[in-house]
Amino acid sequence: MTQLALVIDLNVCVGCSGCVTSCKEWNSSGEAGPMPDQNPYRAEPTGTFFNRMQTYEIGTFPNTDTLHFPKSCMHCAEPPCVPVCPTGASYKREEDGIVLVDYDKCIGCKYCSWACPYGAREFDEQSKVMKKCTLCVDRIYDLSLPEAERQPACVISCPTSARLFGDVEDPDSEVSVKIREEGGYPLMAEWGAQPSNHYLPRRKTHIRVREEELVRADNPLKRENFTKPSKDDQSLDDIMSW
Amino acid sequence: MHPAFSVIFLTTLIGLGQGLFLAIYTAQVYSVVELIPMTQGDDRIFYGVGSLIALVLLGMGLIASLFHLGHPERAWRSVTQWRTSWLSREVIALPLFMGSLFLYGLFHFMGWNPVLITVGEGFAIDLTLLMGAITTLLAFTLFLCTAMIYASIRFLQEWASPLTVLNFILLGGASGFTLATLFTYYAAPELVNFIGGWAMVLTVMALLSRGASLIRNRLLRPKSTPQTAIGVRHSTIRQMAQGAMGGSFNTREYFHGKPQLLVKWVKWTFILFVFPLPILFLALGISGPFDTLFMAALAVQYLGLIAERWYFFAEANHPQNIYYQVA
Repeated sequence: MTQLALVIDLNVCVGCSGCVTSCKEWNSSGEAGPMPDQNPYRAEPTGTFFNRMQTYEIGTFPNTDTLHFPKSCMHCAEPPCVPVCPTGASYKREEDGIVLVDYDKCIGCKYCSWACPYGAREFDEQSKVMKKCTLCVDRIYDLSLPEAERQPACVISCPTSARLFGDVEDPDSEVSVKIREEGGYPLMAEWGAQPSNHYLPRRKTHIRVREEELVRADNPLKRENFTKPSKDDQSLDDIMSW
Repeated sequence: MHPAFSVIFLTTLIGLGQGLFLAIYTAQVYSVVELIPMTQGDDRIFYGVGSLIALVLLGMGLIASLFHLGHPERAWRSVTQWRTSWLSREVIALPLFMGSLFLYGLFHFMGWNPVLITVGEGFAIDLTLLMGAITTLLAFTLFLCTAMIYASIRFLQEWASPLTVLNFILLGGASGFTLATLFTYYAAPELVNFIGGWAMVLTVMALLSRGASLIRNRLLRPKSTPQTAIGVRHSTIRQMAQGAMGGSFNTREYFHGKPQLLVKWVKWTFILFVFPLPILFLALGISGPFDTLFMAALAVQYLGLIAERWYFFAEANHPQNIYYQVA
């Protein structure tokens, strides 16, 4: 079993929205396109996105933490959006677990979007079909690209490498190791959709130094108070020689 | 959720049609077992025209549903996933019910009604009785499929309840019987008390069931919280940006966008219009009988049902809304 997915390191993400724009750029010109906008340069601009950058403030001022939070399709192991589709346009690929929409079969009833707890699907108001993240399926298998570029556009473009791409079913893959060793978690686990995308939490590094470690007798810091004895003081030889 | 008028009209109109058929067939079954006298008027009119009115309502519902689709020309594809999708099942059940109802009405209208089997002492099961039984089964199947479209989405906690199915059956039944009361006034006046009585009983039952779901939804606690949504354990989480300035599909489809006062007003309007007012009009109407009061009962109840369905959508709070609190 292979399940391709993204792992997003919230500790590293700076919220630059580079993943959002590169996603839109690649997919507008790729197989999944277009991703049309309405009123892009006027008031109330809106449009279709597969990936959105959100920002949260955690805590109360002054003890706040800003969390940048990119959100796209989770490519769930048990995608609730797939069985509800009346036409079979929504499907989950057997070979790599990517959840896709066949735009030629979609009737635009929007029922699948109701059945997604994450709001990952967005209706294309121009093509009148449901659209969603494809995990750049037209890119990751493209043999004409150099191997290092056979990754989703959002992953390649991330300037801080906050996004990782790989097989979360393979226990030795980079993404699985990250999830396991750095506390990776899925979103809204309570609905049992078993989302494949994982998030690595914000982690803060603390140096643990105890008070007694600072004042203990043999602390080399004490040497700062070291004063050179004068020539009149007793030396060790004076004491030992009689 | 954003209430879409296409779906509001679809569900209320087919409910009305299903209820009307069930009322007509109830009258037939009761008269066969001689609990009520046989209709003295023209059976062809009562059953034939009654079925035709129900068919027209179902057809109107079907047309309304097409306005919900982005690509109605591909709607035929939606019969394929009946193994997993309640929507697909509804798309199959609706035309099957309409076809069966058409045959039921046609057999009555043409008088094609041979006795198939005689049970016991002269209790005859004829063709229309059998056809009506099949159509009844399909009517309930359609109610189940329509309601399960909503009740099967576990994230929409307001809908994910057997009460949703019960409400669709009882509200559709009540409105259908109210329409049937008006219809029997013209087609079979001797049945007005019988059908009108059932319309009142069903309306009371619908009130109990819908009231129960209103109370249930009031007591619901959302399973998803901002904490589970972004996976941060802190009691104070405030969204600063949702990734769109002018809104998105996520803000248009899942929010009703109306002031809370209006939602409350719609709720009390439907509670008044669907239940007590029709019962009052029906009771006064039967005492006459007065057809204007039956018309008023039907009009008030149907308007109330539109408000009820609007509220049904507006009340449902999708967990994805947690991600779209601030632009």
